[in-house]
Amino acid sequence: MRYVLNTDGDRRVMLDRIGAAGAGDLFRDIPDGVRLRRPLDLPHPMAEPGLHRHLRELAGENLNLDDYACFLGAGSYDHYVSPLVDQLLLRSEFYTAYTPYQPEISQGTLQATFEYQSLICALTGMDAANASLYDGASALAEAALMACEETKRGKVVISGATHPEYRATVRTYLKHRGIEVAECPDTGGVTDAGLLARLVDGRTAAAIIQQPNFFGCLEEAPEIGEAARRHNSLFVVCADPVSLGLLEAPGEYGADIVCGEGQGLGNHPGFGGPYLGYLACRQKLVRRLPGRLVGQTLDKRGRRGFVLTIQAREQHIRREKATSNICSNEALCALAATIHLCWLGKEGLRRVAELCLQKSHYAHRLITSHKGVQASFKAPFFKEFAVRLEEDPEEVNRRLLQSRIIGGLDLGRFYPGYAGQMLLCCTEQRTREEIERLAAGIGGIAND
Amino acid sequence: MTEPLIFDLGAPGRGSCSMPEVDVPALPLEELIPERLLRASPPEIPEAGEREVAGHFTRLSVLNYGVDTGFYPLGSCTMKYNPKINEYAARLPGFARLHPYQPAGQVQGALRLMYELQGYLAEITGMDFFTLQPAAGAHGEFTGLLMIKAYHESRGETGRRRVIVPDSSHGTNPATAALCGLEVRQIRSGPGGTVDLSALSEALDGETAAVMLTNPNTLGLFESEISEVAGAVHRAGALMYCDGANMNAVMGISRPGEMGFDVIHLNLHKTFSTPHGGGGPGSGPVGVKGFLAPFLPYPLVNHSPETGSFFLDFDRPQSIGKVKSFYGNFGVAVRAYAYIRALGGEGLREVSENAVLNANYLLSLVRDSYRVPFDRPCMHEFVLAPPAGFKEAGLHTLDIAKRLMDYGYHPPTVYFPLIVEEALMVEPTETESRATLEEFAAALVKIAREGLEDPELIKESPHGTPVSRLDEVSAARRPVLRWQPPEGK
Repeated sequence: MRYVLNTDGDRRVMLDRIGAAGAGDLFRDIPDGVRLRRPLDLPHPMAEPGLHRHLRELAGENLNLDDYACFLGAGSYDHYVSPLVDQLLLRSEFYTAYTPYQPEISQGTLQATFEYQSLICALTGMDAANASLYDGASALAEAALMACEETKRGKVVISGATHPEYRATVRTYLKHRGIEVAECPDTGGVTDAGLLARLVDGRTAAAIIQQPNFFGCLEEAPEIGEAARRHNSLFVVCADPVSLGLLEAPGEYGADIVCGEGQGLGNHPGFGGPYLGYLACRQKLVRRLPGRLVGQTLDKRGRRGFVLTIQAREQHIRREKATSNICSNEALCALAATIHLCWLGKEGLRRVAELCLQKSHYAHRLITSHKGVQASFKAPFFKEFAVRLEEDPEEVNRRLLQSRIIGGLDLGRFYPGYAGQMLLCCTEQRTREEIERLAAGIGGIAND
Repeated sequence: MTEPLIFDLGAPGRGSCSMPEVDVPALPLEELIPERLLRASPPEIPEAGEREVAGHFTRLSVLNYGVDTGFYPLGSCTMKYNPKINEYAARLPGFARLHPYQPAGQVQGALRLMYELQGYLAEITGMDFFTLQPAAGAHGEFTGLLMIKAYHESRGETGRRRVIVPDSSHGTNPATAALCGLEVRQIRSGPGGTVDLSALSEALDGETAAVMLTNPNTLGLFESEISEVAGAVHRAGALMYCDGANMNAVMGISRPGEMGFDVIHLNLHKTFSTPHGGGGPGSGPVGVKGFLAPFLPYPLVNHSPETGSFFLDFDRPQSIGKVKSFYGNFGVAVRAYAYIRALGGEGLREVSENAVLNANYLLSLVRDSYRVPFDRPCMHEFVLAPPAGFKEAGLHTLDIAKRLMDYGYHPPTVYFPLIVEEALMVEPTETESRATLEEFAAALVKIAREGLEDPELIKESPHGTPVSRLDEVSAARRPVLRWQPPEGK
């Protein structure tokens, strides 16, 4: 039988040794009333060649980003992933290992995670980062919970220009703890800083923004941080790590917790997961971090080594008093991010960020030069921007698909007030030719 | 054998970077982004060449121990072999290179896979509906308990604020209850290691929201009175939550749905052969009985008989909301789907039969050398305690674990479940051979002897690993959690 090594002969010997007549005897503790009396109703097993073909066919029913130029962003990004990343991830010592609870035989995972934590700190300007969370949305929820625990306050103020799915996740996490979530709407694609300052009060644990925000626009983040500080609230910034190749580290403008989606670092869009949430904080908050942390130490012979540390925060030790219930994280995705950043290097990350910036602005100029197409917002942006079309975005996207382009997201999906406006993204992957094809596709017919 | 940090490799000006020059008409940076938002100095990312990066992470990998390295009998974690075709499948461009916001018409194959997998998991567990959104087991627990809470609230029973867990439960169970804003009440296990019905009945009342159980439980014992337990819980108006971590023991043999559970989470990274990745990613799908379906997180993958196509169903007004962005760890779901299609229903039953056979056989080989706190036939795993005389020699479970590394094994889970002092929790899984089990048993038996003859040898172990025992106390007291650039840099 596939993946099982016992032969019939083995089973005989083993059953004899146990003193069981047959496999049925092994389950004698299971009462008749809860036994399944029929075979599971599942498709017949497939031999490997047939399975291989079936999986290829299933995958082939999807339009993939290798065959189509993708201008969708909105929290999932088609950044370049070097084959180096994947070939190292396929080292089975990495991907078939468990959580590194036994450090003597887990130094590979532990050291790589320590390097990951160090890189996240370098990008964000924070003092400590955990070993990863599920994704950007759950990382933001955990950040909000950390802020509430630290300040002993029961309210957070979140910018309405934060990714709608992140806000939904934050609400799910906070609602049941009785924490109020106040949303501050945007004005012209950026957080209304004046309104936000009024929403933040003495009960507010944290002011939360996304930078760049869901619309791709850059927030006046330092100003919002000031508003948080006036009431001793924490300032939480959800940042695109790729943008931090160019943009100021949030730690430099007063953030207390920085978190976000790390997918854009070495992980494919993969239909939404697995991704990785990163979470970093200032020193004073370290013992409130959820999830695993790797620390450096020495072995008995004085050699440097790494261990899981400050575990007295975690569920397997603290049970209901733990800082979070998280156990499994996204370690392998964090390893991908680590390898990716090291491969890019200091210059490479900056280059990627510049390519995103210049290409998206070039696309913006071309598209908004068409009659009937207007920029949705005036704020500066990084790699995403929205445009107002005369036509239905769905119609435009259908047309673009004929030119092998996957067009943008209709903002109406999340913001009824912005229906008919299309959010577009250019990563370093989009070529000049693709951008020009996109612009022609949008504009060509718009001029008809 | 240590490896320098990546930060100590490379040299200024050296880099792997093979990113192209900007190929579109460019504008000066300051015209695009206000200077106050720009970085004053670049982040401290190493400047190593690709060859150095490849070498560094390859050398790190060999300091690790994975399922492909050798036997990994980590109790409660189901460290079974991870089939390679699953890795191939997850990397197909038609799966890996999909954007989550592509219109449904462009991703019918992905939606079909998710829809089918939801159905397979429902059939395996005896549940009616599944969501694939939770990213891990604990995330599934969170989703499940929130649904239970929403259900009670929908019936106006807002006073149900307590979750009952046995003292043998996984730490995530009480931690999840707390995250959901629920109180935790822990009940003592009976003398046989299973739920004590009278203790449970005493704890149940009108404030009980749910009872969380693992079956078979963390001692590897099947809860034979599960129907009686479920009856008592339901009579009290509470719901039954199944931590499906141990599903590997009962596939095709017994279904939690028939045991009386209302909600279950599965760990695709345990039962369904997807790799653990050094700690993740996992996937924690949640299954429910029909009456809880309205509360499932949105969106669900659904199928329209009229159009014959698959779609994401967002129209779920009673949903608990979202627990993460997008639709869950799709890449993990692809692997689990491939596994189920490879084995079919009969194959999954054989998985469980062999998992239980392997555990009982291994137990039979070591039961005379170790203490067996609950000495009865086990399911897919069992719990040992150190041999007689070890305590007197100053030896602990941890020492046995470390010594096993010298024999080339990953140790079992140690110090869990908490109700067994000095527990060693062994789960061999179905993918190991009889020979491997015998060799491992021989090593355990030898350690039992060594402990009495030469305790120092064991206390000082491991001797043959890349590093010896590490100073965890100092690590926690004076945490060094990141590399720091040298002064003046």
